Amino acid sequence: MNTAYHRWRKLKNMLVQVLTCVCALLVILPLGLIFYHLVKSGLGSVNMAFFTQLPKPVGEAGGGMANAIVGTGELLGLAALIGVPVGALGGIFLSEYGASRLNWWIRLGADVLNGVPSIIWGMVVYALVVMPMHGFSAWAGGIVLGMMMVPLIMRTTEEVLLLVPHGYREAALALGIAQWRTIVQIVVRTALKGIITGILLALARVAGETAPLLFTAFGNRFWNHRLSDPIAALPLQVFNYAISPYEDWHRQAWAGALVLLLFIAIINAGVRILTRDRFLQRT
Amino acid sequence: MNNALATVKPAPRAIASLVRRPFGDEAFEWLTFLAALAVFVLILLIGYELAQGSLLTLRKFGWRFLTSSDWDPVNEQFGALPFMFGTLVSSVIALVIAVPLSIATAVFLTELAPRWLQQTLSLFIELLAAVPSVILGLWGIFVMVPWLADHVFPKLKQSLGFLPIFQGPIYGVSMLAGGIIIAIMILPIITSVSREILRSVPGLQREAAYALGATRWEVTRIAVLSYAKKGICGAVILGLGRALGETMAVTMVIGNRPEIAKSLFAPGYTLASVVANEFTEATTDTYLSALFEIGLVLLGVTVVVNALAQLLLKAMEGPLATRQH
Amino acid sequence: MTTEQRNPLPALLPQPKTLREGHASASQSLPAPGVSAISARDLSVYFGSAHVLKRVCLDAPAQAVTAIIGPSGCGKSTFLRAINRLHDLVPAARIEGQILLFGADICHKSVEPALVRRRVGMVFQKSNPFPTMSIADNVTVGLRLNGMRSRAALAERMEQALVMAALWDEVKDRLNAAATSLSGGQQQRLCIARALAVQPEVLLMDEPASALDPLATGKIEDLIFELKKNYTIIIVTHNMQQAARVSDYTAFFYLGELVEYGATAKIFTQPAKKQTEDYVTGRFG
Repeated sequence: MNTAYHRWRKLKNMLVQVLTCVCALLVILPLGLIFYHLVKSGLGSVNMAFFTQLPKPVGEAGGGMANAIVGTGELLGLAALIGVPVGALGGIFLSEYGASRLNWWIRLGADVLNGVPSIIWGMVVYALVVMPMHGFSAWAGGIVLGMMMVPLIMRTTEEVLLLVPHGYREAALALGIAQWRTIVQIVVRTALKGIITGILLALARVAGETAPLLFTAFGNRFWNHRLSDPIAALPLQVFNYAISPYEDWHRQAWAGALVLLLFIAIINAGVRILTRDRFLQRT
Repeated sequence: MNNALATVKPAPRAIASLVRRPFGDEAFEWLTFLAALAVFVLILLIGYELAQGSLLTLRKFGWRFLTSSDWDPVNEQFGALPFMFGTLVSSVIALVIAVPLSIATAVFLTELAPRWLQQTLSLFIELLAAVPSVILGLWGIFVMVPWLADHVFPKLKQSLGFLPIFQGPIYGVSMLAGGIIIAIMILPIITSVSREILRSVPGLQREAAYALGATRWEVTRIAVLSYAKKGICGAVILGLGRALGETMAVTMVIGNRPEIAKSLFAPGYTLASVVANEFTEATTDTYLSALFEIGLVLLGVTVVVNALAQLLLKAMEGPLATRQH
Repeated sequence: MTTEQRNPLPALLPQPKTLREGHASASQSLPAPGVSAISARDLSVYFGSAHVLKRVCLDAPAQAVTAIIGPSGCGKSTFLRAINRLHDLVPAARIEGQILLFGADICHKSVEPALVRRRVGMVFQKSNPFPTMSIADNVTVGLRLNGMRSRAALAERMEQALVMAALWDEVKDRLNAAATSLSGGQQQRLCIARALAVQPEVLLMDEPASALDPLATGKIEDLIFELKKNYTIIIVTHNMQQAARVSDYTAFFYLGELVEYGATAKIFTQPAKKQTEDYVTGRFG
C-alpha cells in the first residue's frame, strides 16, 4: 500500500510540474503573439517615409510619424530635467540621511505614488499647467512625465546607494573629507552605474505612457516650434491612428507601435547588459 | 626609501574651533531633504487638484453621483455607477484569470524549473511588463477582439449560454475582452512580486520539509506557500491596484458604453476609460467637474488598494529584510 | 615565589627577526615619554544605554607605536574610533570625557570632525580602496577633495606617500590601473598610502593585517617600523605577537576598561596585573 501511495505522490509532483510549466508558457504567450503581429503588420511600413515625413491630411495615404518621434524625444528630455534631479536627490536623502521613521513614511508615499494611475497624473497637470496656460503644451507633457518619474527614480536610487558598502563612507570620512563630498564624489560615484540604470528604466517606462499625454501634450499634426504649443508623441499617435476609421492609419499605427516597442526593448536590454555582473542582477 | 621620510615630518597644528557644522554639509542635507519631501508635495497636489476640480459636481450631486447610472452629458446628468461597475467587473475578471496563472508561474520559476529555463522565462516576463498599454490595446483591437468574437465567444455562448453572463449579442468589444486584456497587463507584476516573495522564504523551511522525504511539490506546498501567504496576498492586491488604473488597453477593447449589463459579451466602460475618452470633449464646467470627480473616485480606490498591498508586502519583508547600513 | 618562577613569558615571545634586532634593542631604551600625541582623559563611550568604554585614561607618546590589545568586545576598536570622531556617524553613540591631540581637545562639540580627521588618519581592517578610481586617484583623493588643485603638488605627494607605504616600486608603472587590480596586501598598503598622503600627525590602525597572509603581514609590520620615525601610530591588534613585535607601548583593555598600560617589554614580561598576565600568557581570550 505504501508504494502505491508513494507512486501517487510522485505522480502528483509531476502533474504539478507540468501544470505550472504550462501556466508559465501561457503567461509569455501574449508577448510572443504581440511581437509576431507587430512585425507582421508593422515591419513593412517602417520605411524612410515613416521616419522623415509628417502625417498627411485625413484620407490621404502615406506620410509618417517624424514629428511624433521627435516629440517623444523632446518630452523625455523635459521629463528628465524634472524627474532626475528631484528623484536622485530624494533617493540620496533616503539612503544617506533621515531618521528611519520619516524615511519609512517617505518610502510608503513613493510607493503609493507609483501606484497612482497615469491618467490621474494627466488630470492633475491639466489643472495645474494646461488651464493656467489656456492650452496644451509640451511643457505640460514634460511636467507630467517628469512627475511620474520622481518616485520611480527615488526608489531605485535609494536601493542602489544602500548597496554601497559602509566601509567606503568610513574610509572617505576618515580622510577628513566633508560629508557632502563623501556622498557625492565617493558614494554616488561608486553607485553611478546603478543610478543611471534606474534612470534609463524610468525613461523607458514613461516613454510608452499615453494616458497622461491625452490632455497635456495633446498631440500635433505638425512640428512643434514652441514648448508652449501642443506636441506629438509616438504613443499618442499610435492611439489616435488605431481608433481612427482609416486603413492607412491603422497600418501606420502598427509601424509606430513596432518602433516604440523596439525603442523600449533596446533600453531594457541595454540596462541588462550594463548590470550583468553588478548588484542589480535579478534572475 | 629613507630619504623621502625625512621631508615629510608633520608638525602639530592648532585646531580651529567652528560652529557645529560646515555649510556644505548643512546645505546638501537640506537640498536632499526638500527633494525627498517632493513625495508628500506630489501626493497633496494630486489630492488637492482633484478635489478642487470636482467641487462643482460634489456639491450638485452629492452621493447620488455614486449611485446613479445615468450618464447624460447633454442633459447634464452625471452618475458614475456604470463606470464603477465596469472597473470592478473588469478587474475581477482580470484577477480570476491572472492570479492562478501568475502564482503557478511564480512557483514554477522559483521552485520547479531548471536554471536555464528560469532565466529565459524571467527575461520574457520582464519584457512583457515593459510593453506599453497602448501597444497591447492595438493588438487587442485588431487581433484579439476579432479572434474572440469569431472563435471563443460563440463557443462560450453555446456551451455556457444558460448562464446570464454568457448571453446576448456578441460584438467582440466587451467587458470580457476588457477583463482579458487587463489580465495580460497584470500578469507580469503579480508573477514577479510573487517570485520575490517565494525567493525570500528561508532555505531552512524547505530543508526541513525535504528532510521529511517530501516531493518537490509537497515542499512547495507545505514549507513555502503557507509561509509566503501574506506576501502573495500583497502581490495579488498589488495586481488589483494596477488593474483598477489600467486605461489605454481597456479603452480600446471594452466598447465604451456607459451601461450596466448582465452579459459579459456586452460593452462596458471603466472609470479610467471614460476620463480618457471624454476629457477633451467636456464642454461645460459641470461635465469637466464630473470627470474630475470620477478621477477622485478612481484615485481613492487605487490609493487604498495600493496602500493595503504595500502594508502586506512590508509585513512580509519585515522579518526578512536585510539592509546593511 | 620569584618573578622568574611565576612568569614563563620570555619563552613564549618569538625570536626577533634579524632585520629588526637592532630596533628591538633600541626600543628597550626608549626616551622618557615626552610629548603626548594622544591623551585620553576619563573617556567614556555609550551606545544607547550600553556603557562600552569606561573612563579610560591613556597617554600615547608622539613618534612611537602604541598597541591596544585585549579579547573581542573589550572596546579596542571603540577607543580607536573615538579618536577620529567616527562615532559621530552613529546616532546612538555618546562620548564623555576628553581626548587631547597634542594638547587640544578634539572631543568637544564645537570642533568639526572633518578637521580632526585630517590630522588623524585611519587604516581599516578590511582594505577599502575606492573601486571606481585608479591607484593614483586613490592616493590623492584626500588631497583633491579637500581642495588641492596643483597637478605637480599632487603628483609629488602621491609619490611620497607610495614610497612611504613601500608600494611605489610595485605600482609606479601602472598608476592608472584600477585600484582593485592589486592583491590584498597591496590594497592595504594603498590604503596606508592614501591615509599618509594627507600628512596626518597620528595614524590609527584597526587590525590592519588581520585579513592578510603572513608575508603581507610582515611587510606591513616593517612599514610600521619605518613610519614611527615621523608618525605617532596607535594600532589595535588581536595578535599579541604582533603587538610585541612592533609596538613601544601596549595598553591592555578588558570589558571596556583600560586594565594596564606601559612599555611593551614590561607588559609582556612583567605585567603588574594578574588579568594582563592571564591574557598575554594565553589563559583566556
